Amino acid sequence: MVAAAFRVVADAGASVEVLKVSHRFDLHGKPLPVLEDVSFRVEPGGFVALLGPSGCGKSTLLRLVAGLEPPSRGALSANDAPIDGPDPSRVLMFQDPTLYPWRTVRNNAALGLEARGLKHSHSPRVDKALRLVGLTNFADAYPHQLSGGMAQRAALARALVNDPELLLLDEPLGKLDSMTRITMQGELVSLWERSGFTALLVTHDVEEALFMAQRVIVLSDRPARVRADVPVDLPYPRHRGHSRLADLRREVLRLLGLDGTW
Amino acid sequence: MFLAKSQQSAETAGQSIADAPEMPAARGATWITGVWAAGVWLLAAAISRFIPDIDDFERTNLLADIMAGIGVVFVILALGSRFSGVRPPERARSVGPWFLLLAVVLAVWELLTAKFALLPRPFFAAPQGLLEVFTDDYPRLVESVWHSLRLLAGGYAIGAAIGFVAGVAIGWSRRVGYWAHPVLRLIGPLPATAWLPIAFFAFPSSHSASTFLIALATAFPVTVLTWSGIASVNRAYYDVARTMGASQSFLVLKVAIPAALPSVFVGLFMGLGASFSVLVVAEMMGVKAGLGWYMQWAQGWAAYANMYAALLVMALMCTGLITLLFRLRDRLLAWQKGIVQW
Ligand SMILES: Nc1ncnc2c1ncn2[C@@H]1O[C@H](COP(=O)(O)OP(=O)(O)OP(=O)(O)O)[C@@H](O)[C@H]1O
Ligand SMILES: [Mg+2]
Repeated sequence: MVAAAFRVVADAGASVEVLKVSHRFDLHGKPLPVLEDVSFRVEPGGFVALLGPSGCGKSTLLRLVAGLEPPSRGALSANDAPIDGPDPSRVLMFQDPTLYPWRTVRNNAALGLEARGLKHSHSPRVDKALRLVGLTNFADAYPHQLSGGMAQRAALARALVNDPELLLLDEPLGKLDSMTRITMQGELVSLWERSGFTALLVTHDVEEALFMAQRVIVLSDRPARVRADVPVDLPYPRHRGHSRLADLRREVLRLLGLDGTW
Repeated sequence: MFLAKSQQSAETAGQSIADAPEMPAARGATWITGVWAAGVWLLAAAISRFIPDIDDFERTNLLADIMAGIGVVFVILALGSRFSGVRPPERARSVGPWFLLLAVVLAVWELLTAKFALLPRPFFAAPQGLLEVFTDDYPRLVESVWHSLRLLAGGYAIGAAIGFVAGVAIGWSRRVGYWAHPVLRLIGPLPATAWLPIAFFAFPSSHSASTFLIALATAFPVTVLTWSGIASVNRAYYDVARTMGASQSFLVLKVAIPAALPSVFVGLFMGLGASFSVLVVAEMMGVKAGLGWYMQWAQGWAAYANMYAALLVMALMCTGLITLLFRLRDRLLAWQKGIVQW
């Protein structure tokens, strides 16, 4: 059990299949289509970035994959089993940190373990995760004592503690300063390489998507459709100045309708 | 909340008065407020001691001694800081202006009642009259406080517990909410004292009837505010826990309730206030013990000094209990500091 909890092998990731998924919300009594016939597959241990304009439905898509809501139409599965509810093997790191203000950073990070009754047997994992995100000295601080970026790092630690098979990251580095951001991008990639989970990353940042992911799925405006699926055929560790990244960046910006602006 | 706020602003106001003149607090600086307080307390003591009473009061000398004692304490504090350079304790400095005012009020009160009887006699009791109640009738007062506290504690605990559980249930379960909401809307706003005739008739003893009424008065605000606290919990908190595999009971106990706790405490505070008023009414109407009964009894004998003494004790009891509740809240909601300023 304990050995399984500290997997370092690369087969720990789950596969994800999104099949013809459409989703609509009710906004003031009118249907608001958010996702339109979205399909893609992520192989076990893969790292895929979702890129799209603001409000197109990226967070909604992650919520569906996490099992927090059922899709209006279509099917989602993980490891070829249908996703019909949340599961601790698929952890979503939300766009807002949503830390519990009444818990210290350490106890926030321990939330998943506590929810599954593993708090005492697995407590070293909490310290490990806090060390990873550089919050060891703030373990006993309350969320209102953290900066925005620190809160986001605490939320990342809270997700990592669960040792997920599938990590759903909703703009996890959005609130960090550019220097911490660059460091954390590298950290996340090496963490992913070491732990072998499957990663689905939502981001606004084209460079970030290209630097981190093996594939970048470009979504259209709302309702979101898959506009392109761009493989990033570069080995890790990547070099930010690589000319191939610059080419891919131009291509992705063009797909987003931004060719003239860069 | 309002209470804590006003308390604090009063405190800071007092402090600024006290601090303003001697803020530098250099070695040997005179604590002017302290000197004034000492002077007026000693003056009040002299008035009590040397101006003859209009009537024969038993405790005039004791009153004068107490006043003189307080005066001497202020003399020591003020002179001590003058000559030794030790600043008077922060606490003394902050209450100094209040003690000064208190001495003035007592001296005037003493003059108006015991010394010259300028106010209608039996109704306006003299300070030494109140003091006499405390020295001579304290066993009965202590017993009354004990009875009141016991009755209040029983009713309040039951009401708070029921209100809390009901509030959580209504806030959490749509089905419970469906059935409980109309009942709560109909019964809740009714003052608990409206049940008084029925309660005293339906319950076997006046004690159990009063416990019921106090519980009822407490339960309503606690229920409503617990419910609203649970209902307004950020939905995202549940999503966070659910995505990590939390069970329903975890969501209730570890997410909903802690998140609702600030609101629950507002309910507990309002419930406590409501329970005080029901307690007094119940004790005046039927229970043959407690401070309410003591006041009723004193009024029957036109023993106004006893009435005021009981009123004072009741005020101290109520404010003490509210303070206790706030202490508990500050301890449980320590994480809130910095979000909400008192
Ligand atoms: N619970 C909801 N009820 C109604 N409409 C919703 C709800 N959640 C999201 N929406 C709508 O769905 C659309 C997509 O929202 P979503 O949060 O998925 O966008 P996003 O791509 O993550 O945007 P951003 O990049 O700005 O975070 C928005 O127009 C939003 O108004
Ligand atoms: Mg979003």
